[in-house]
Amino acid sequence: MATTEPEPVAERDLTMSRAMVEAVATEMRENDEVFVMGEDVADYGGIFDSTQGLLDEFGRDRVMDVPISETAFIGAAVGSAQAGMRPIAELMFVDFFGVCMDQIYNQMAKNAYMSGGAVNVPMVLTTAVGGTYSDAGQHSQTLYGTFAHLPGMKVVVPSTAYDAKGLMHSAIRDDDPVVYMFHKRLMGLGWMPAPPGPKTPVPEEAYEIPFGEADVKREGDDATVVTLGLHVHRALEAAAELADDGVEAEVIDLRTLVPLDTETVVESVRKTGRLVVVDEDYRSFGVTGEIVARAAEGALSDLEAVERLAIPDVPIPYARPLEEEVNPATEDIAAAVRRTQG
Amino acid sequence: MFSDMVTARYYEERLQEEYLEGKQPAFDISAGPIPGELHLAAGHEAAAAGVCQHLRDDDTVTAPHRPHHVAIAKGVDLDRMTAEIFGRRTGLCKGKGGHMHLFDPDVNFACSGIIAQGCPPAVGAAMAAKKRGTDGVAVAYLGEGAIDQGGFLESLNLASVHDLPVVFVVEDNDWAISMPKERVTDVKNGAQRADGFDMPGVRVDYNDAVAVYEAAAEAVGRARAGNGPTLLEVQVHRHMGHFMGDAEAYRPDDEVERLKRLDPIDRLADRLRAEGVDEERLGELRAAAERRVEDAIAFAKEQPEPDPEEAYDDVFADPPEPAAKPGTAAADGGGDE
Repeated sequence: MATTEPEPVAERDLTMSRAMVEAVATEMRENDEVFVMGEDVADYGGIFDSTQGLLDEFGRDRVMDVPISETAFIGAAVGSAQAGMRPIAELMFVDFFGVCMDQIYNQMAKNAYMSGGAVNVPMVLTTAVGGTYSDAGQHSQTLYGTFAHLPGMKVVVPSTAYDAKGLMHSAIRDDDPVVYMFHKRLMGLGWMPAPPGPKTPVPEEAYEIPFGEADVKREGDDATVVTLGLHVHRALEAAAELADDGVEAEVIDLRTLVPLDTETVVESVRKTGRLVVVDEDYRSFGVTGEIVARAAEGALSDLEAVERLAIPDVPIPYARPLEEEVNPATEDIAAAVRRTQG
Repeated sequence: MFSDMVTARYYEERLQEEYLEGKQPAFDISAGPIPGELHLAAGHEAAAAGVCQHLRDDDTVTAPHRPHHVAIAKGVDLDRMTAEIFGRRTGLCKGKGGHMHLFDPDVNFACSGIIAQGCPPAVGAAMAAKKRGTDGVAVAYLGEGAIDQGGFLESLNLASVHDLPVVFVVEDNDWAISMPKERVTDVKNGAQRADGFDMPGVRVDYNDAVAVYEAAAEAVGRARAGNGPTLLEVQVHRHMGHFMGDAEAYRPDDEVERLKRLDPIDRLADRLRAEGVDEERLGELRAAAERRVEDAIAFAKEQPEPDPEEAYDDVFADPPEPAAKPGTAAADGGGDE
C-alpha cells in the first residue's frame, strides 16, 4: 500500500474580510447551530464586507438581516447562545454600542458569572472599529479599552488576514462571549484602501489562534512597541525606519486584549528596558495605561523609559487635519521610540 | 416651500459633484475635498419643507445622519453649514462635526449620526418650552429604519404622557441602507406606532409636499396650542444611495427611475403652475436657489482648514486647568516651569 504524502498546505493571499468570512462559512458548514445576524449582513454582505457571500450559501434563515434594533437582536443572540446555539451578531459600528450596552455588558458579559457557571453565552459579537477616513466622533472610535475593561467578555483584535481567520475560528468555538473587533481600514475594502500588511497568505484549512498569545511581529533589542489593530502596521513601518538609523524596535501585536499576554510584553521589556505603547483608543484609563501597569508590575526594575501614544482624550474630530492630529501616525511612533533612547 | 425644496435638491447635486472630486476613478472614501461618509437627501425634500414652513427660529429641530434638506428648510446658515461639510475652521462646528453633526443654535437645529437618537433631545427641548411656558415646538426627524429603536419608542411615550409639544416626523423612503421596510417590520403604516402611545398618528403618502404641509399645520398647531405630540410619517423617495459610494446592488434596477417620475419638486411645480404661478417666476426661484448654493460652496472653499492644535479645544465648555494638550508634561501635572 502506497503511503500518501501529506498534501501541501494550500495558501492564498486574502484580504482580512475574505479571511473572516472564510472562517465563518467553514464553521457554518460544520455546525448548524452557527448563524449570523445583523444590519445589512444578508444582501449587502456587511457594510465592511464581513459577511460577503454568506447569504448565497446559507440562505436567509442563517444569515439574517434584522431591524435596526440592537438591543433586541444582540439580546436575542445572548438568549439563543444561552439556549446552546452559536450566534454571530454584528454591531455595524462599535460606536453604536451605546444603544444596546445593557445587553452587552449586563447580560452577555455577566450571565456566566452571575449564574455561578450554570449558563454560558457562546456568541461572537463582531464590530467595525477605527477611524482615519473623516467619519467623525460617532463612527470612528475603537473603544478597545471599554470592552476589555468590563469583565466577562473575551476581546480580540486581528491585524492581518491570517489572524482574522484563526481568531474567528477560535471565537466561534469558544464557550464564552467574544467581542471580535475588526478595523475598517484593514479589511481590504475597495472604497477604503488598506495599507500594505493586512493582506497575507491564509491556509485553506481551518485553524485556531489561541487567545492570550501576542505575536512578536519584529524582534529588536532597543525598545518594545506594544500595539494592536491598524497601528501594528504603522509600528512596523516606524520600526523599519528606525532600523535605518540603527535603532531596533521589537513590535508586539497583542491580538487579544482579554485574555492579555502579559508574559510576552514583560519578557520583551526585560530585554529592551524601553516601552512604547500605541493605541487608537482614548489615552486615559485604557489599553496604554494597562500595558504600562503590567510592565511595571512585571519588570519595574528593568523599565528605563515609557511612552504612550493614543487618542488624546478628545472625541474623534471630522476635519482631516484635526483627525490626523489625534490619531498616532508612523512618524509619531518613530519619534516616541527615539525619545526612549536616552 | 418650493424655494427650500429646489435649494435642497440643487445642494445635494452639487455636493455629490464636490464629494466625488478626488474619488474617481477609484473611489476612496477618505480622499477629496469632502472626505468621510455623505448621506444625501434628494427625493426627501417634501418632508423637510412641508413641516419646517410652520416653524420659527425658536422652535427646535433634530435630524439624523441625512440632514441637509431639513437644515435648509429650518434656515440653518448655509455658508457655515457648507464650510462644516468641507471641514473648515469657520464651519458651524469648526470642522469637528462634519455633515452628520451640524449644530446651529441660532435656529435651534442639531443632528446626530446615530439614528433615532435625536428623538430624546427633541423631547427635552419640548420639555423646556413647556416648563418655561413658551409656545415653542420641537420636531424630531428620523428615517423609517429607525422606528424600531428604543430611543424613538421611548420618546413617543415620554412625550405623550407629559403632553409635550413634539412632532415626530418619520421619513419613509422604504430602505434602511439595504433592508426594505417589509423585511424589518410587519407594520406598513409607521404612523400606527402612535396608537400604542395614545397620540395622533398620520401618514402622508405619495411624497406630496402640499399634503405634508397640511398635515404638519395640524400637528405643529396642536403642539403649539399645548395639546401634545403627533407622529407624522411621510412617504419620501431615496434617489441616491444610502451613502455616496453605495453601489445599491440590493435595489431593483428600475426603482430609482420610476421614483424620479414621481419627483416631489416637479409635482409641486405643476401645482404652482395650476395655481397661476408662471414659468418665469419658477425659473427665478430656481436660479436664486442655485446662486445661493453656489455662493455657499464658494464661501466654504475659501475658508481656512482648522489648525491641528484646535483638536484639543471644546471638549469641555469649562475646561479643567491646566488646559494643556494631554500627554504633555503640563497636562500630567509634571511641568517643571
